[in-house]
Amino acid sequence: MDDEPIELIIDGIQVSAVHDATILEVAKQYGIYIPTLCDLEGLTSFSGCRLCLVEIRGSPKLYPACTTPVTSGMEIITNSEKLKEYRKICLSLLLSERTHVCSVCIANNNCELQDLSNKLGVDHVSFERNWTKHTIDSGHDFLVIDRNRCILCTRCIRVCQEIEGAHTLDLKNRGKDSQITIDFDALWGDSCSCTACRKCAKVCPTGAIYIEDELISKTKDKNVVSFLLKRRMYK
Amino acid sequence: MRVKKFILADIQKIAETEVDFQRAYKYRINVCCSSGCIPLGALNLLKTFEKLIKEQDVAEECLVARTGCVGTCSAGPVVVVESGGYIYQNVTPEKAKKIVIDHIVLGLPVKSLLYESKVFLKKQHRLVLRNAGKIDPYRIEDYIATGGYSALVKCLTRKSPQEVIDEIRISGLRGRGGAGFPTARKWSFVARDHRSPKYIIANLDEGDPGVFANRTLAEADPHALIEGLLIAGYAIGAEKAFIYTRAEYPLAIDILEKAIKKSEELNILGKNVLGTTLNFDVELRLGAGAFVAGEETAIIASVEGRRAMPRPRPPYPATSGLWGKPTVIQNVETLANIPLIIQNGGTWFSKIGTPKCTGTKCFSLTGKINNPGLIEVPMGIPLREVIFDIGRGIPDNRKLKAALIGGPSGGCLPDILLDSSIDYESLETVGAIMGSGGIVVIDDQSCIIDTAKFFIDFCVSESCGKCTPCRVGLLKIKEILEKIIQGNGRIEDVELLSKLSTFISETSLCGLGQTAPNPVLTTLRYFKKEYLEHLYENFCTANKCFKKKEILRIG
Amino acid sequence: MSENKKPTLAIIWFSGCSGCHMSFLDIDEVLMELAKKVQLVYSPLIDVKDFPNQVMITLIEGAVTNEEQLSMLKRVRAGTDILVALGDCAVTGNVAALRNAEIDGDFAVLKRAYVDTSYHNPQIPKGVPKLLKRVYPLHEKTTVDYYVPGCPPTSDNILYVLTELLAGRAPQMEKISKFG
Repeated sequence: MDDEPIELIIDGIQVSAVHDATILEVAKQYGIYIPTLCDLEGLTSFSGCRLCLVEIRGSPKLYPACTTPVTSGMEIITNSEKLKEYRKICLSLLLSERTHVCSVCIANNNCELQDLSNKLGVDHVSFERNWTKHTIDSGHDFLVIDRNRCILCTRCIRVCQEIEGAHTLDLKNRGKDSQITIDFDALWGDSCSCTACRKCAKVCPTGAIYIEDELISKTKDKNVVSFLLKRRMYK
Repeated sequence: MRVKKFILADIQKIAETEVDFQRAYKYRINVCCSSGCIPLGALNLLKTFEKLIKEQDVAEECLVARTGCVGTCSAGPVVVVESGGYIYQNVTPEKAKKIVIDHIVLGLPVKSLLYESKVFLKKQHRLVLRNAGKIDPYRIEDYIATGGYSALVKCLTRKSPQEVIDEIRISGLRGRGGAGFPTARKWSFVARDHRSPKYIIANLDEGDPGVFANRTLAEADPHALIEGLLIAGYAIGAEKAFIYTRAEYPLAIDILEKAIKKSEELNILGKNVLGTTLNFDVELRLGAGAFVAGEETAIIASVEGRRAMPRPRPPYPATSGLWGKPTVIQNVETLANIPLIIQNGGTWFSKIGTPKCTGTKCFSLTGKINNPGLIEVPMGIPLREVIFDIGRGIPDNRKLKAALIGGPSGGCLPDILLDSSIDYESLETVGAIMGSGGIVVIDDQSCIIDTAKFFIDFCVSESCGKCTPCRVGLLKIKEILEKIIQGNGRIEDVELLSKLSTFISETSLCGLGQTAPNPVLTTLRYFKKEYLEHLYENFCTANKCFKKKEILRIG
Repeated sequence: MSENKKPTLAIIWFSGCSGCHMSFLDIDEVLMELAKKVQLVYSPLIDVKDFPNQVMITLIEGAVTNEEQLSMLKRVRAGTDILVALGDCAVTGNVAALRNAEIDGDFAVLKRAYVDTSYHNPQIPKGVPKLLKRVYPLHEKTTVDYYVPGCPPTSDNILYVLTELLAGRAPQMEKISKFG
């Protein structure tokens, strides 16, 4: 019974899906666009950015598409006016949290936060911005982390732990003070666990982690995770 | 030496011996030694009493015991003389001498030192706190003498696990952690699951400012919690329970540790509980004191040894909890209700409170109130009775402005809504929540915006930082409120606040974020006038704001 | 049609690099057509002392950084029907606002510019407009009607916005606006 496909409706389109698939996976399959930021194919879901929230008919709540499994007969709405509005607020909040100045950022034109803001129509941020002075660690031979541009999507943490297996990166502190930390609050140059595999820089959606003296367009490679998993013959 | 293996019948024997032992004494002096009274010198007082009864030569007819919280925390250190329940307030060593000489030796209660306890106790209904202030938490015998562990014996001898769940279902008990999910339903999900092992987690992680009900409960009656866990374990087929508490509760930790050890000695915990086939272990886990660690998926992460961050549900802990196994997470107050329900039957319990919300609820009463403390009231009691009868009103005859119910993420209710009854549904309709059971009373000397900001501040610093709405959204709310308080607010800010608050409550990942904007939403709903006065007229009724004005916005 | 009946346009330069003005000039030959449609009443390029009353469209480049600009903004808002924030500085604060990260950013930039990097007679000048404690994007200090982000905004975007506004339509920035 578990092998039977599940029938459901996304944005009025009748779709079928396998058991245990998430809304996001099914939508991707059918070419239905749901914006995401923290999600990355091949990594465990984090469900932190809240951009992929969708409505399910009959429920007053909003559901993150990246973790909610599909069930039979579900009717999903991915682009209501309310969701569009909420996605804009969400991006505005991210833009106003730390120092995001596109014009002087290394990731200008190669940034997922910037792209999404443009795509979803965020033309200004109505909240007062926080101009932060978090530490920038450029002590490593070529890897640099600028925490002022970090949106705490934890992709780097997950890729470091799940794909590279080094677990060099993790979170410290909480709330607005949350930071990506290296080993036990070490400088990157002193890290004894970092393998310098560069995957964190490849998956970073903004210019928070980058490689010195390398074109950012060359560094960024979101598909590195699924590529590696395929080579390792995971499903 | 052969270790004695205790069996079911021994509980009865222990109870009889203890009752006989206590009956030999005419008086019993209970000295409250909870976290509230110890800083006021309760431990010293305990020694004084012990010395005094020896001096006065009444040691044979008077027993001195250390107990948990009596509930009248404003009158500490508190001493209760039984029988008769005479509560003495603000006891000092000098007063202690007078109490011993007059009351114990001569048999005349010292009227001038007595605490006016009639209304305070009359309106309450102490079920969960039945033993608080009456038994010695360090002595398991004391608990057994009051009928403790008889519910466990009843379960093990006469009830099948399903019958236990049925009894709970009849009682209508709902989770006391805040959301009010029916306990029986939660249990039957896990009981139906045939995977093993299964786990139970007792949630003793109260992080709210001004809330201390669970701590007090654990300090006063640890065995009720352990018995509740045992019965739950028996009902759902779990063999391992964790009590998750805060490292900031040293006394509760000490009491619980000793209680667990003592229970293991008496074979109440461990392999073959009391000679039956039930195996059950309880382990204490300490958290680092994060508010968010009270959220059930965050507790799981923390017990597993990871960073206490919530994860989206589904999957619910009932299907994938601790280490992916079926797990029941229950507030300690819920668990302490279980032995009573088994003892007296579900029907008895369902008659207390309202039909939809049965039983009682503990509240920590704080703020601008004459009689702060820990109380337990039946569900459905009007808030006004709690504040003005049990709490004896506002100091200096000031006017009540608002009552914040449900902790930092609760709602600020104005005076006109005080007649609404305390139960899950009524509170939800007026915008508040039951939460952890904190009532903070605010008088007319406080600015409502400043009050809202205080609670938002708390949630900003306690947000785990995982999801955007809670991490950044709350920070923005705080900044906007700060601007209004400084006098730099904009007219649009009211609309922005309500938009942002609704956004946060709808999009946040866990309960913390979803309820955190409640103080702003309810103050906007009931005290909008004050916001507008701040913005249009630069006027603050409490005369607290506008200390740091800058160049006014133009246009 | 007399000169005065034409819709009026004003362009203002606050704290920005003038890149947005350059981008505006990049409309190239279309500028000629534009000049036939509107009357330019105020800009860094024409010699008018006071901001006129009743301007239809005002484009503002740059962030608000000093008191003079703040009072100017007040004057502009009162005399303008449609206020457009042109470029990232006006919309977000951009580079100028980077000093907000410092507690005494206003003093820090003056010190850097006039003392630290000066060889002859280093001193912070007097008599220049006082810097504000913080740098603000326009909408934090007044009501802005349309935002044209970009560093600089493309000349196509500027032209699109002007064309739409002159035609009495609301420009739809959803798909074309771009930060950075």
